[in-house]
Amino acid sequence: MTEVLVLVDHIDGAVRKTTGELLTAARRLGEASAVFVGTGFEAAQADLARYGAAKVYRVEDPAVTDHLVAPTAEVLAQLVAQASPAAVLLPSSPEGKETAARLAIKTESGLITDAIDVQPGGDGVQTQQSAFAAAYTVSATITRGTPIVTIKPNSIAAEEAPGAAAEETVTVTLSEAATAARIVDRTEKAASGRPQLTEAAIVVSGGRGTGGDFNPVEAFADSLGAAVGASRAAVDAGWYPHANQVGQTGVQVSPQLYVAAGISGAIQHRAGMQTSKTIVAINKDPEAPIFELVDFGIVGDLFTVLPQATEEIQARKG
Amino acid sequence: MNIVVCVKHVPDAQSDRGFEADHTTDREGVDGLLSELDEYAIEAALALVEAAGGEVTALTIGPDDAADAIKKALQMGADKGVHILDDAIAGSDAPATSLVLAEAITKIGEVDIVLTGMASTDGTMGVLPAMLAERLGLPQITLASELSVEGGTARIRRDGDAASESIEATLPAVVSVTDRINEPRYPSFKGIMAAKKKPVETWGLADLGVDAARVGLTGAWTRVLEVVPRPPRAAGQIITDEGAGGRALAEFLATHKFA
Repeated sequence: MTEVLVLVDHIDGAVRKTTGELLTAARRLGEASAVFVGTGFEAAQADLARYGAAKVYRVEDPAVTDHLVAPTAEVLAQLVAQASPAAVLLPSSPEGKETAARLAIKTESGLITDAIDVQPGGDGVQTQQSAFAAAYTVSATITRGTPIVTIKPNSIAAEEAPGAAAEETVTVTLSEAATAARIVDRTEKAASGRPQLTEAAIVVSGGRGTGGDFNPVEAFADSLGAAVGASRAAVDAGWYPHANQVGQTGVQVSPQLYVAAGISGAIQHRAGMQTSKTIVAINKDPEAPIFELVDFGIVGDLFTVLPQATEEIQARKG
Repeated sequence: MNIVVCVKHVPDAQSDRGFEADHTTDREGVDGLLSELDEYAIEAALALVEAAGGEVTALTIGPDDAADAIKKALQMGADKGVHILDDAIAGSDAPATSLVLAEAITKIGEVDIVLTGMASTDGTMGVLPAMLAERLGLPQITLASELSVEGGTARIRRDGDAASESIEATLPAVVSVTDRINEPRYPSFKGIMAAKKKPVETWGLADLGVDAARVGLTGAWTRVLEVVPRPPRAAGQIITDEGAGGRALAEFLATHKFA
C-alpha cells in the first residue's frame, strides 16, 4: 500500500492529540508513516503505534529543530522523493502550515490548508474546508504533485488501530538556505494545568464583559475540564495572555462545546470559533451578535450565571 | 534599507462575502479594502525606514480595484507602488501568487526586507511568506510580534502556543508580522495629499517574464470541486436570567453530556 506521510506534532516526545487525528486520516488514504523530528522518540513511539503508524521516520539532527520550519520542509521533501507517498499530512499549526508551504514549492505540489475533512476521491485526495468565517464549506482536490494537506485540530476523530511503528532513522543534509533563520532563544510557556486550547473538547472564553476578572470563567472551565480562551478585546486590555486569544488572529478552535462569556461576537471572533459543534453564550446584551450562533443562550450577568452553573455542576458530580 | 511590503485588497469581512460561479472569490459584488492585517506590515516597514533611511515599496496583485490597497499604503507613508495587473492571474492559488510576487520582487531589485502581514483576511492561509522565502531563497522569519534590525541582521519574537522564540537572520529576509507588533497609523491629511503624487507602476505578466499558463485557474495546483453555503444554525434556545440562569445552563450541559 502506498505510504502517507504524517508530520508528528509533539513537545519533546509528548505527542499532541492532533497527531492521532492525522494518523487516522492518513489510514484512509494509504499506509500511515509518521515523521518524527526532534528529541523524545522513545516516548512518542508507543503513541504513534497506537494510532496506526506502520513506520516512523526518525530525524534527530538538532540542526533541524534549531532553525525555523525550512529544515523540516527539506526533510519532508527528501522523504517525498524517497517514498513517493500518496499524500503528506501536517497539523494546521503556524509551523505546520509554513512547513507545508515550503514543501509545496519544493515539490511543485498542490497545498490545501485548514482542512476539516480528508477522504480518498477527486484527483486522489478530496478535502473540505470552511471559508469566510465558516459561512461556506469548500470541497477541493489537488491536481499536481503529491497532495499536501494541513488538517485543523479537532476536525477528525482519532481512532486507535495498532501499527508496528517500525523505526527508520533518516539522515539529512541540510542546505545553507534551510539554516538561515536561527532560533537563538526559546522560552517554554508555563503549563496552565488545563487542556491545550486547540485540542480541548470544551473551551470556555471570556471577553469584555469580564471587566478583567476571569475568575468565574476559569472556575466554570475547571468544573467542565475545559480550556480557557479570551476575546481579542480581553487580550488587548491585558486581562488574559495572547496565547489564549480565540479568533482570526489568534487560535482557531473547533471544540465539541464552546462557551462565550461576555463576548459580543464580532466577525473576527466568530472566525475563530464558528465551527464549534455546540455553542453557548452568556451576555448582558440581548442584541449581541453571538446569540445568532448559539444553541443555548442566556441573557444575563456572567458574574451570577457562571458561579451558579459551576456550583450546580459540582453538586451534580456529588 | 529598501523594503517591499506585499499588500492585498480583500472583500470587506463585514459584508456578505461569497464566491463566483467558477468558485473564485467574489470581488465585484462586495466592497473591498486593504486587508486589515497588512496595515501592521506597512507600519512596521515605515518604522524601520524612518529609523534607518531607505524606501518602502507597496506591492500588490489584483484587478483594477486592488490599486486601492496601494493607495492606502502610500497614504500611510510608503514611497511608491507596484501593481501587478493581468487578467490571466484571476483564480491563481497561493503557489502561483507567490511565483508572481517573487518575480516582481526580483524585478524591483535591491530589496533588504520583504514584509507581509500574518495572513490575508479572505483566504486566511498564512502560507505566502513561507512560499516567498522558498522561491526567493531567502531566510524566513515570520509571525513576528517584535522586530528589530541591527547591523544587517533582523531579529524577531515569535510567540507560539508552546513557547516564545527569538529568531534571527541575516538580511535580505522575508518577514511577516502579527497584529501584536504595532499600532498602525491613520493616514494624515498631508499623507493623503502626498500620496496622489507618488509613483505607481503597473506591470503585467509579460513584464515579469511569467508564462500565463503557470497562473490563474489553469495554472493552479488545486481545484475547487464545490462551494456550499453552510446551512444556517438552527435557532437556539435563548433565555433571560431571572435568578436560575446558571442552573438552567448546568441542566443544558448535563442533558448534552458535557457535565
